[in-house]
Amino acid sequence: MLSIQLAINEALDQEMRRDPTVIVIGEDVAGGSGSDGEEDAWGGPLGVTKGLKGKYPDRVLDTPITESAFIGCAIGAAASGLRPVAELMFIDFLGVCFDQVYNQAAKFRYMFGGKAVTPVVIRTMYGAGLRAASQHSQALYPILTHIPGLKVVIPSNAYDAKGLLIQAIRDDDPVIFCEHKAMYTLEADVPEESYTIPFGVAKTVREGSDVTIVTVGNLVHVCTRAAEQLAREGIACEVIDLRTTSPLDDEAIYRSVEKTGRLVVVDESYPRCGLAADILALVAQNAFDLLDAPPQMVTPPHAPVPFSPPLEDMYLPTPERVAAAVREMVGTVVAGA
Amino acid sequence: MGGYCVNATLDNSHPLDREALLSAYRVMTTIREFEERIHLEMALGEIPGFVHLYAGEEAVAAGVCCHLDDGDRITSTHRGHGHAIAKGCDVKAMMAELYGRKTGLCHGKGGSMHIADFDKGMLGANGIVGAGAPLACGIGLSAKIRGTKEVGVSFLGDGASNQGTFLESLNLAAVWKLPLIFVVENNGYGEATPATYHQAIDDVAKRADGFGMPGIVVDGRDFFAVREAVGHAIERARRGDGPSLVECKVDRFYGHFEGDAQAYRGSSEVENARGRDCIEQFVGRVTSAGLVELGHLAAIAQEVRTLIDDAVTEAKAAPWPDESDLLTDVYVSY
Repeated sequence: MLSIQLAINEALDQEMRRDPTVIVIGEDVAGGSGSDGEEDAWGGPLGVTKGLKGKYPDRVLDTPITESAFIGCAIGAAASGLRPVAELMFIDFLGVCFDQVYNQAAKFRYMFGGKAVTPVVIRTMYGAGLRAASQHSQALYPILTHIPGLKVVIPSNAYDAKGLLIQAIRDDDPVIFCEHKAMYTLEADVPEESYTIPFGVAKTVREGSDVTIVTVGNLVHVCTRAAEQLAREGIACEVIDLRTTSPLDDEAIYRSVEKTGRLVVVDESYPRCGLAADILALVAQNAFDLLDAPPQMVTPPHAPVPFSPPLEDMYLPTPERVAAAVREMVGTVVAGA
Repeated sequence: MGGYCVNATLDNSHPLDREALLSAYRVMTTIREFEERIHLEMALGEIPGFVHLYAGEEAVAAGVCCHLDDGDRITSTHRGHGHAIAKGCDVKAMMAELYGRKTGLCHGKGGSMHIADFDKGMLGANGIVGAGAPLACGIGLSAKIRGTKEVGVSFLGDGASNQGTFLESLNLAAVWKLPLIFVVENNGYGEATPATYHQAIDDVAKRADGFGMPGIVVDGRDFFAVREAVGHAIERARRGDGPSLVECKVDRFYGHFEGDAQAYRGSSEVENARGRDCIEQFVGRVTSAGLVELGHLAAIAQEVRTLIDDAVTEAKAAPWPDESDLLTDVYVSY
C-alpha cells in the first residue's frame, strides 16, 4: 500500500532516474536550498517531493516565489529539450502565471505550425476541505480544461496518480496534473514497477443500472459512499471516474447513460461554465434520447470557498447531497412513469 | 564588465572579417527590404491581421544574432520579423506566413506575431508583451542542465521592461546564473506611450544592477557597438558567469502597428531617425575604412530585393490552408 503522496514521489523518482532531462522545479520543492540547515527540509509544502533533492541535486530546483518566471521557465525549458515537472503550489496561484500556461505552452504546437514540442508537466494542489479559505481552496481545472492545447489530469487514488503522472511526464503535450490536497494520505495498492495509464480513459469504479454518477478526483470517494448508501435503498449507481478532463472520455459517459438513462455529475468546481455544466451540455447534445430524466449536477454554489468550518462543510458536495439528488431523480422518473 | 555604465567603452575584441561584414549587411538589408515591402503590401490590403515593423532596429538583430548558432535559442517580441530573419528563418516561408498561406513557416497558423522556427533556435515572436523573458529563462536552464555551452537571448522592448515577467525573469536568471542575455530594444515607445512617460528612469539598463547583473547601454543604431557589447555578454554567459542586460537605443521608423497614424510623434521625429539610419551608418563605416567596396554591397542589396520580390510573388500564389488544416497540431497526440 502506498499513499498518493508517496506514489507521486515514486513516479517522479523513477522518471528522473530513467530520463536525465526530467527536472523538478518549484517553490520549496526541496525547501532549504542555500540555507545553513537541511537542504531538503520540506520536500514541497506537503512533502511530496521529499528525498528527490538528495538523489538528483542538480535537477531539483527551489525557485524564488515567482510563479510567472518559474512556470514560464519550465515551459521554455520544455521547448528547449527538457521535461520539466513544475510545481504550482496551489492551483489558486494560476492567476499569477496564467499567461505562460494558456497563451504560451498551450499554443506553441498549433500556432508554430506543428513544429514545437512542449513536454511540461505542471503539478498543482486543488480543492477545499482544509479550511484554507477562498484563495487556497479552489478547483479551477475547468479553466484549464477550457484551453485547447492543454491536457488536464485529476487522479482519485494512488494507483492512478502514479500511472497518470508517469504518462504525463512522457507525454509530449503540456499537462496540468491536479492533486486534491485532502487526498495525499489516501492509500492504495501501487506496483513498484513503472507503468503508465493512458489519458482519456475513464474508469468505472462501481457498476450499476439505475443512475450514472460522473465525477473526478476526491469526489470519487464521496460518490462511492453515496452509492453504497443508495444501494442499501435499492438504487444501483454506476460511478465513473473521469481521471482526465482533457481529453475527456465522453463515450464512457454515453455508454453508461445508455444503460441507466439517468445522469448526475458531481464536481467541486464552480457551477457556471464548470465541468458539470460542460458534461451536461455534451450529454444533452449527443445523447439526449438516452435520458429518461433531466440530468442533474451537484456542485458548490456560485460563491467563493468560505473559511469557517461549518460554512465550508455546507459548501462542498457530500455523500448526503449526492444521494439526495439521485433519490429525487429516481423519484421524478417513477412519478412521471 | 560589471555594473551599470552608459556608453560602455568597447575594446575591439571581436574583429570582423570581410565575410562577416557582408553577412551582417545582408541580414540588415534583408530585414529592411522585408519590412519596407510589408509596409507597402499592408497599405494595399494584401496582408491580413496585425503587423509590427522592425525597420530602423536592424543593427540590434544583426549585432546579436551574428554570435548565435542554431543551438542558441531566442525569444522574440510582437516586433519579431527582424529577429527571425537574423536567426536564419527562411524569408520566403516567413513572407508566406504573413500572407496566411499553407506554405508559411507556421503553415499559416501563426502569422506575423507568432513566427517561429525551433530548428533555427527561434522560439517565437510573441503577442504578449514581456512573455518571452520567462521562456528565455527556460532556454538558459535547459542549456545549463544539459551541460552545453548554449546561450539564450530574450529580446524585449522598453514597454516590456515594465512588465512583471521581465523583472521576475531578471531575478530568476541572476539567482540561477543562467546563460542568458536580455536585449532591451528601447525604441522610445511602448505602443504610443513615450518611454519618458512610462518609466521614471532614462535607461532600462539601470534595473540590471538591482537584480545583480551587469547592465550596459549601447547605441543600437551602431551595429559594431551592439555586436561588441553583446559579444562580451555572451562570452560571459558561456563561461557560466550568468546573465547580462544589454539595452540598445533604437529608432522605430514606423508606428506601433501598421495603420498607426502616429499622431503622437513630433513632425520631424521620424525624419531625424531616418537620418541616423543604422544601415547607412554601417555602409559609411565599412566603405570609408576600405573594408568592403560599395559595389559589392549594392550587388547584395539587389539580390535581397530580388529575394523579397520573389517571396511576395510566391506568397501571393501559394495555396491557402484548407479545412483539413483547421484541427491539426492542436496536440502532439490527443
